[in-house]
Amino acid sequence: METILLLAPLVGSIICGFGWKFIGEQAAMVTATGLLILSALLSWIVFLSHDGVTETIPLLTWIESGSLFTEWAIRMDRLTATMLIVITTVSALVHVYSFGYMDHDPQWKEGEVYKPRFFAYLSFFTFAMLMLVTADNLLQLFFGWEGVGVASYLLIGFYWRKPSAGAAAMKAFIANRVGDFGFLLGIFAIFYVTDTIQLQTIFEMAPEIAETELSFLWTTWNAAELIAFLLFIGAMGKSAQLGLHVWLPDAMEGPTPVSALIHAATMVTAGVFLVCRMSPIMEFAPSAMGFVVVIGAASAFVAATIGLVQNDIKRVIAYSTMSQLGYMFVAAGLGAYSVAMFHLLTHAFFKAQLFLGAGSVIHAMHHEQDMRNYGGLKDKIPYTFWAMMIGTLAITGVGIPLLYIGFPVGFAGFISKDAIIEVAYVGNTGAFWILVVAAAMTSFYSWRLMFLTFYGKPRGDKHTHEHAHESPMNMVAPLGVLAVGSVLAGMVFYGPYFGSQEKVDKFFGISEAEYAVNDLVPLGAAHAAGEGAEEAHPRHQEPGQGAIFVGPENHVIHEAHLVPKWVKVSPFLAMLLGLGTAYMFYIRKPELPGIWARNAGAAYQFIFNKWYFDEIYDYVFVRSAKWLGRFLWKRGDGTVIDGSINGLAMGIVPFFTKALSKAQSGYIFTYAFAMVIGIVILITWTTIGAGN
Amino acid sequence: MANLLSIVTFTPLIAALILALFLRGEDEAAQRNAKWLALGATSFTFLVSLFVLFGFDPQDTGFQFVEERKWLLGLNYKMGVDGISITFVLLTTFLMPLVIASAWDVTHKVKEYMVAFLVLETLMIGVFCALDLILFYLFFEAGLIPMFLIIGIWGGKDRIYASFKFFLYTLLGSVLMLIAMIAMYVDAGTTDIPTLLAHDFSYAPLNVLGLNIVGGAQTLMWLAFFASFAVKMPMWPVHTWLPDAHVQAPTAGSVVLAAILLKMGGYGFLRFSLPMFPVGSEVMGPLVLWLSAIAIVYASLVALMQEDMKKLIAYSSVAHMGFVTMGIFAANQQGVDGAIFQMISHGFISGALFLIVGVIYDRMHTREIDAYGGLVNRMPAYALVFMLFTMANVGLPGTSGFVGEFLTLIGVFQVNTWVALVACTGVILSAGYALWLYRRVVFGDLIKESLRSITDMTSREKAIFAPLVFFTILLGVYPSLLTDIIGPSVAELVADYQIATADLILDHAVADADH
Repeated sequence: METILLLAPLVGSIICGFGWKFIGEQAAMVTATGLLILSALLSWIVFLSHDGVTETIPLLTWIESGSLFTEWAIRMDRLTATMLIVITTVSALVHVYSFGYMDHDPQWKEGEVYKPRFFAYLSFFTFAMLMLVTADNLLQLFFGWEGVGVASYLLIGFYWRKPSAGAAAMKAFIANRVGDFGFLLGIFAIFYVTDTIQLQTIFEMAPEIAETELSFLWTTWNAAELIAFLLFIGAMGKSAQLGLHVWLPDAMEGPTPVSALIHAATMVTAGVFLVCRMSPIMEFAPSAMGFVVVIGAASAFVAATIGLVQNDIKRVIAYSTMSQLGYMFVAAGLGAYSVAMFHLLTHAFFKAQLFLGAGSVIHAMHHEQDMRNYGGLKDKIPYTFWAMMIGTLAITGVGIPLLYIGFPVGFAGFISKDAIIEVAYVGNTGAFWILVVAAAMTSFYSWRLMFLTFYGKPRGDKHTHEHAHESPMNMVAPLGVLAVGSVLAGMVFYGPYFGSQEKVDKFFGISEAEYAVNDLVPLGAAHAAGEGAEEAHPRHQEPGQGAIFVGPENHVIHEAHLVPKWVKVSPFLAMLLGLGTAYMFYIRKPELPGIWARNAGAAYQFIFNKWYFDEIYDYVFVRSAKWLGRFLWKRGDGTVIDGSINGLAMGIVPFFTKALSKAQSGYIFTYAFAMVIGIVILITWTTIGAGN
Repeated sequence: MANLLSIVTFTPLIAALILALFLRGEDEAAQRNAKWLALGATSFTFLVSLFVLFGFDPQDTGFQFVEERKWLLGLNYKMGVDGISITFVLLTTFLMPLVIASAWDVTHKVKEYMVAFLVLETLMIGVFCALDLILFYLFFEAGLIPMFLIIGIWGGKDRIYASFKFFLYTLLGSVLMLIAMIAMYVDAGTTDIPTLLAHDFSYAPLNVLGLNIVGGAQTLMWLAFFASFAVKMPMWPVHTWLPDAHVQAPTAGSVVLAAILLKMGGYGFLRFSLPMFPVGSEVMGPLVLWLSAIAIVYASLVALMQEDMKKLIAYSSVAHMGFVTMGIFAANQQGVDGAIFQMISHGFISGALFLIVGVIYDRMHTREIDAYGGLVNRMPAYALVFMLFTMANVGLPGTSGFVGEFLTLIGVFQVNTWVALVACTGVILSAGYALWLYRRVVFGDLIKESLRSITDMTSREKAIFAPLVFFTILLGVYPSLLTDIIGPSVAELVADYQIATADLILDHAVADADH
């Protein structure tokens, strides 16, 4: 079953990409979509029937060289299963949605066939992403990692007529490669230390790795720290974390369904998945984990500030994605892997919904993306409005604070984001405050988006507004499905991802973890008690057992349930603050934003220009690489190398050139034979002469 | 069939002789006959070489299909293949029919063109099969001549300069090799390669003109061979002949040059430098590793700024060959496996890339990147093939380009992390130049008036690319096809190397103790 669900998208992609000429466009697209829906159904079956025990299904030998041995194989555990449902569900919905969205795309000329290509890319992406999450060794993971990179490249550059799309595609691929550079070095280091790249073996050796010193570059490092750090560089690239994030906003050049699938719900979460996947190493690398937290919190904050002032509807959501990924990294960096996965899961639903909703708005507005030209669309496109509303309620974290009925009550983001903030309070107070502030900003820019788009008076082109229309059923229906996820995912999955440590352990297949007998405090009690004083559970887990590894010193999940009440309420208050401000700015007094922007001059320019990352990178990396390339070519190759060699050969070359230019090319054969014979005689003579 | 290797080696030469002696006339029929005969001969050669493959036992690390007979002037004619060389033989025989097919539209001196390629094929296969020093040298050097002619007669407008640069560069390197070979003969008393492989060349420190040479005679001989192979590879800083040669060479010539001729250097390192002069290799290895890392970064940066497509791909070849030399002198299983894999894979990928340039050069007669743009509008099949090989060139997992890069890097990481770090930046830089090239040539709107009526690939062109696409992906997904063949031979090579150099370390220890 796992094999079928893995390969179905690949088959769909091939049939759709190459077979449409034979079976027709519509049939090709239907085939690809059908296979994906099949894959999604199987994923849910696998997820629901999975008992947490890790299984490995080998498929084919891959690279074999000495002690290096890798297979194409499927590793099935809870992490994989979680990712499976996220990927295939969102992908199947995006496929369906694309039937409507990609129909009559004005980017293309009459008679140009583009839809099967689009569907083929989508399916190929899904396949690569599935390879990534089902990998049982680091190399297959890397295959998926690069495969999704290529799919992302192709889809960002899908509108290849637009120069900006080509540029954005390239930028995405190269920025990701910078991350891959770290990832590869991480793999090399692991192989150097453990002589294997099989995940299971690495996990079991984690304590040994932690005690190994590895000499790398100028000094020796703790192997676990170094490996964790290098792998995280890779994660930063793929998950658009601060420093390597510059590609994500530009990636919005791709069609909107792509943004929903790749640049919100799935591919960009691969970095979070990687950190959770490598939890046995991460647990032994406190410094690297500290770095993860810092980068995650900084990304959450910086992205939120930029999101406040963007005018392109997709870019706002893109920065929001980067910010939410930062939240996930904070959770993972603090050792709450299940919480990071929890937010990954809920975020996939509500962010895909926001993107697809935005796509529906864009579709309605004839591909206008500037929110300054929206306004008052609430009644024109009611379904879209409600879908976006639910997405916004979910991302900003609306719920009922402090109510606990076996699980908290609220939209998906309310529960998972609050979980992260509680974890942050336990692990790192600085990160906690940054995340709370970022939550206020999240609320502001999300509501700003809603108010600018759906409320107020219509702005911009009158004609466009008059013709604004609700999207067809195949676009609205996926929004409905995602809405269910945005509302319920948090409440349904609260227990297994952020319940008691025992529940989480069981869910993640750590069945044999040993607990001190009397310590099994029921979670509800702890929750009701609020600030509890009881000791954390002494538990013992062997690395490699289950899907994630939680070290003996790591009680962050347990303690996160015991934080003070004001901590639990703070994100909710932050949300209200953001909502109130946005209401003031965009409903009550629409002239306020302009005044503020003028008064805040430099600061406004700074965040409006995205902290000038693009400009700085262009100057420091792109231009200097080009300058260096030209310098090495003209001066290095030209002047120095050729110069000295030509100087040496000056006496010889002109002589031959003259001789040859006189000779007709027909005679060259004569010369050639002369040379052959010459060489034969020369060698024979020398060897025999030397032999004597 | 005891003389299978000779049949493989000399079939093309016989076809060339038939062409040269019996085919008369310059008319179209004669040209057609020449092309068909060449295609038939190269295809037949490929089929026969498959028998070699099927009869080959990878577990046997010795030489197989060995032929030995007396030759003129008391020289020995000895041929044979092991797990390392058989892959190169097959690469050659596999690519040559495609090369001939790619030259189908040539009209200038067709007969001679075909003769040149057929002779070249014999010489190239000979290099990989020769088990006698003199025989190897003959094939190795004579191979220069047809290539020299192909560039010099059928090349672009600066072909004379380019062909001489190519010729002089490579020939000067081999003079030193010849001297070293003579020294080897004096020392070992034989030119038989298997015997030489078992011979221990002296590595007692030498004092030449007051210079103390660590590794002694081995280091000197290693250096002499290095001079020749480094130029052939080509390694930085003796690479500058390659871009010029490629730019001037006709498409088919570029394909052979990049796909096969460059591999002679790598093969030489594996056949001579590493096993015969292990101590020399150990002494000079760090230098090679650094030269390789520099080559990767340097050539990639230079490739970024090229305005001529062929030059760009030529510099990219230099960078990829950097991975090869780096892997070889990492001298462990992953490094050497990776180096061989990289060479074979580069044979497919760079060959395909030069053919890709050839496709549009045939239509527009320019290689200027700026002359193109938006080709995807009119050439979707071309865009697809170009994309695939761009990604293979970038080393995308799932294509053969990845396996070699990954193995060489993981190999060298175990020896020198600095070199691994520097070389690994090639992963970023290659994406830079390759994707930028693709974007400028293929993406964008079709604006240029001259490109309005450009046509997509013909079925002949598609047929040439099909096998290359197939093997690039097959070897990427199932590399064991290749590593199973080379694995045991490489394992033995590496084991012997480690034993030989372990002695060295032991000797040092003893010497230190004596002090």
